[in-house]
Amino acid sequence: MSEPIIYELGAAGRRGAALPALDVPTAALPDEESLRNELPLPEVSEVDVMRHYVRLSQLNYGVDIGMYPLGSCTMKYNPKMNEDAARLAGFSHVHPYQPAETVQGSLALMYGLQEALKAISGFCGVSLQPAAGAHGEFTGILMIRAYHLARGDAHRDIVLIPDSAHGTNPATTSMAGLTMVELKSDGRGNVDLDDLKAHLSNRTAGMMLTNPNTLGLFDEHVLEISELVHQAGGLMYGDGANLNAIMGIAKPAELGFDVMHYNLHKTFSTPHGGGGPGSGPVGASEALVDFVPGPVAVRADAEGPYSLVMPSQSIGRVKAFYGHFGVIVRAYAYICMLGAEGLRQASEIAVLNANYLQSILKEVLPLPYDRTCMHEFVLRGQIEGAPDVHALDISKRLIDYGVHPPTNYFPLIVPEALMIEPTETESKRSLDHFAQAMVGIVQEARTAPELLHEAPHHAPIRRLDEVRAARQLVLRWQPNAQD
Amino acid sequence: MASNINQDCLYSQSHEWVRVEGDTAYAGITDYAQSQLSDIVYVELPEVGTTYAQGDNFAVVESVKAASDCYLSLSGEIIEVNEALESEPELVNSDPYGKGWFVRLAIADASEIEGLMSPSDYAEFVAKAEEEGGH
Repeated sequence: MSEPIIYELGAAGRRGAALPALDVPTAALPDEESLRNELPLPEVSEVDVMRHYVRLSQLNYGVDIGMYPLGSCTMKYNPKMNEDAARLAGFSHVHPYQPAETVQGSLALMYGLQEALKAISGFCGVSLQPAAGAHGEFTGILMIRAYHLARGDAHRDIVLIPDSAHGTNPATTSMAGLTMVELKSDGRGNVDLDDLKAHLSNRTAGMMLTNPNTLGLFDEHVLEISELVHQAGGLMYGDGANLNAIMGIAKPAELGFDVMHYNLHKTFSTPHGGGGPGSGPVGASEALVDFVPGPVAVRADAEGPYSLVMPSQSIGRVKAFYGHFGVIVRAYAYICMLGAEGLRQASEIAVLNANYLQSILKEVLPLPYDRTCMHEFVLRGQIEGAPDVHALDISKRLIDYGVHPPTNYFPLIVPEALMIEPTETESKRSLDHFAQAMVGIVQEARTAPELLHEAPHHAPIRRLDEVRAARQLVLRWQPNAQD
Repeated sequence: MASNINQDCLYSQSHEWVRVEGDTAYAGITDYAQSQLSDIVYVELPEVGTTYAQGDNFAVVESVKAASDCYLSLSGEIIEVNEALESEPELVNSDPYGKGWFVRLAIADASEIEGLMSPSDYAEFVAKAEEEGGH
């Protein structure tokens, strides 16, 4: 890449700011031996810094540049109105230690978002505390564990997780000190009900289910699954990563879920990835509503002031202060802008866009679960007549067409998986551009496979050696390191 | 691409092998498993002295694609682990039945050996998996 790192741009003694002459008395430094002097900070001027970061931003690819069909990540456009709202002085200049009576507007917003998320999901209560999706999962499983412990059911230590689940589900279970048992999927991509029945017992703490799942398929037996888990004394955790497919159409609480996290940075259009931070509020059913982390915003009556309270059996705080407040403002702005009708329409178009692409692309690549999909679908990156071409090669070649690659090699149950989620914010024109790129790449794979193997050709960096990067870890830049 | 199957080993449906030597056995993952995982970048091995039941998760292999659990085909106590894998995980790719072995264990229940797949049964099992799974 042409852009050096900022340390390499500097020169000894170069400064970005001129300090005024000292006009206060000097004092000796305390114990010089304990002061650090080995920090090699870059020495650069203001213009060095400005040009460096502007150049880096020009090398970046983001949702403001083009389509970003990264499956299960819901990389929808982030409306700039959200940014305006988050920058209003009433929200951006408050301090978390201010007394409640001086921040009624911020508390009203927290309360409003809690109520909106309750309406969307059908849950009894919402906490805005968790800082991201996986954090929301962890919070939810801690709530389920606290519920069982409060009932004296300490022996309930097993969490059932389908083999199509996000990797964070087993990680969450393990972090919460519980044991995970994997469930198979059936031929239609649903949870295998016989496998579920075989694994339910008086040790079942609960089940983690993503619906629609990571194949982009709505589990056709979700009501039966919830009923079976509840009959066994377990609770249902909903991974809300794919909520963008069902807003205003199905309520997770009515599908039998007891707790679910919402990804505000996916479904509710707040910045995602490097632009974060995320936010992963949890919603809870009647069984779990008293266990949600706090504080949560409450109001005594429709006219009364807002205040913050800790729910009666709360698992406590999972985050300093009130969650990622700036993100919460953006999500609330989005929900208010769209309204109930608009949110339903967003889901409908997200599903329509995914089905449109699926119908075109299943003609050129294998579609292992050939069903009407929800907001995303999973193809196999295997091309007849091009045996040496892999999903990774297709992904890298897409970069040359100016499109961010889809998620690849996930979910694990589909070999050579390409998981595509266009979101509702793409027009038919940009969907067609993506489809044409994919169809073109499949043809290239047969006629000129080296174009794929060596891709990307037109990116700031060519193909990275992922294997070497993983085997020979270099975790920190050092001034005199040899290559 | 046909997978290499070692005639001295016995196999599991989750693509691990064991090679019985008296009261002990070497264990690792098969050529088919390593080819499905692609380039292996890290192998997490158990501690010597740990005891496992048949089918327990005893190791984790990481490739650039994913991390996968490995299951022990026989019950027993780990008496030796292949320390070379710490710095050279690629041995699992290049020599899965030889230098890429994972652990050696003291067999706890020799009757479990009968339940494992023979090389010819495993060859058939892999051929079927390849037909369904792709390459």
